[in-house]
Amino acid sequence: MNGFLDLFIRFLPDFMRGAGITLLLTFEGLAAGFILGLLSALGRTYGGTVWKWVSITYIELFRGTPLLVQLFLIYYGLPGLGVTFSREWAAFLALGLNSGAYQAEYLRGSILAIGDGQMTAGRAIGMSKWKTIIYIILPQALRLAIPAWANEPVSLLKSTAVVFLIAVPELMAKAKSMAAQTYNPIGSYIAVAIIYLAMVYLLDALLKWAERRSTIPGFEVEGKKA
Amino acid sequence: MESNVILQAKNLTKIYGNNVIFKDISLDVNQGETIVIIGPSGTGKSTLLRCMNLLTKPNSGQVFLDGKEITCKDCNEDVVRQHIGMVFQNFLLFNHLTALDNVMVGLTRVKGMKKPQALEKAMHELSRVGLADRAGHYPGQLSGGQQQRVAIARALAMDPRMMLFDEPTSALDPELIGEVLNVMGQLARDRMTMVMVTHEMGFAREVADRIVFMEKGSIVEQGSPDELFNHPQHDRTREFLWKITELYGSKEKQKGGQ
Repeated sequence: MNGFLDLFIRFLPDFMRGAGITLLLTFEGLAAGFILGLLSALGRTYGGTVWKWVSITYIELFRGTPLLVQLFLIYYGLPGLGVTFSREWAAFLALGLNSGAYQAEYLRGSILAIGDGQMTAGRAIGMSKWKTIIYIILPQALRLAIPAWANEPVSLLKSTAVVFLIAVPELMAKAKSMAAQTYNPIGSYIAVAIIYLAMVYLLDALLKWAERRSTIPGFEVEGKKA
Repeated sequence: MESNVILQAKNLTKIYGNNVIFKDISLDVNQGETIVIIGPSGTGKSTLLRCMNLLTKPNSGQVFLDGKEITCKDCNEDVVRQHIGMVFQNFLLFNHLTALDNVMVGLTRVKGMKKPQALEKAMHELSRVGLADRAGHYPGQLSGGQQQRVAIARALAMDPRMMLFDEPTSALDPELIGEVLNVMGQLARDRMTMVMVTHEMGFAREVADRIVFMEKGSIVEQGSPDELFNHPQHDRTREFLWKITELYGSKEKQKGGQ
């Protein structure tokens, strides 16, 4: 046990750097994925034919294939077509694109749950379709989406571990090098598992707080009535 | 009453698939007039209302607002709807906004009014429907009757030329109907131009200038409440009124029994 603690402390600065990159990748991927997800959820629900089908194709392609395949295609495959990305960019793109497809479906579900009535009411006071979406539909849909969407940051955080395969120096990569240096794989991987667990726990707490903050009195009752 | 036509529906036809909702309907709405459309369910009354503010597009026919066609191809329907307020059966308040913000949002986001002015105007409209003290409440914290009154205030805040009411009390518990009808009755006395679909015959008789009886997608007859309720010209009108009075009577009886 003491040996483990010594190792843990010795590698802690390294782990922290790795965890920093893991968190950065998570938030970047989440943010890019949110924008992509929102656009394709809106496209799928309200878009014209082209936008709708571009959204559907994107969502189905990226939900239907493994993240690792997407990562390798971007990092190892695209250079064959003359498009080369750095490791960090490849990781960011793969995580963002992948997360966007999932977020699209969470958001679309809650947009559909808001229903046509709110759109009708917005249009009836002279709002345009897009004004109604921005000021009426989305503020409600985003709130409604939080409980289901809250899975995504946690899931994405854990998914970032695969990018050590293209040698991005994130937390998992640090564990791998620690295992190699110390000949102590069990200690190394338990150490990073603990760090992942701590990050997930903090993220969850943050999301719960956001969910509470965004609650509207009586809003949840409306869903039950409808 | 001087007949100054605000809204004119001309030969409107609405078809969903093979289903003809109504055919070749024409109706003039005069300034300050309260028109009540009655008739069995499924005869296209609500769809007719929705065609008047273009929430539903008629398959053929034209609608004119203040003499200008609003059914033309490049007419801006968003502008048209600012001038025609609408109140729905199921209220359709914006659930993420307080009563005050529900009334304000059209002023700030559609009319581009500055916030202080919008606030003042919205408070004024809320007091008009007797809900100034509920300004900070969310729809989920209001009773059905209060929600519907906020919806009326929201529509009125846009200073519409006329108002459409689509069965505004049908989703309300009986004891809450009165407060909504009171607000609507006051509007009628203030000579707001209104077209409403309702099954509240007592109210219709009291406030309407004209009753329009619709059945199976066409207007069977129309006239003053006295003409229509006391001297209906058509058997179908008589039959409908008889049925609805019987229903209304039995409701009264139930109330008495409780």
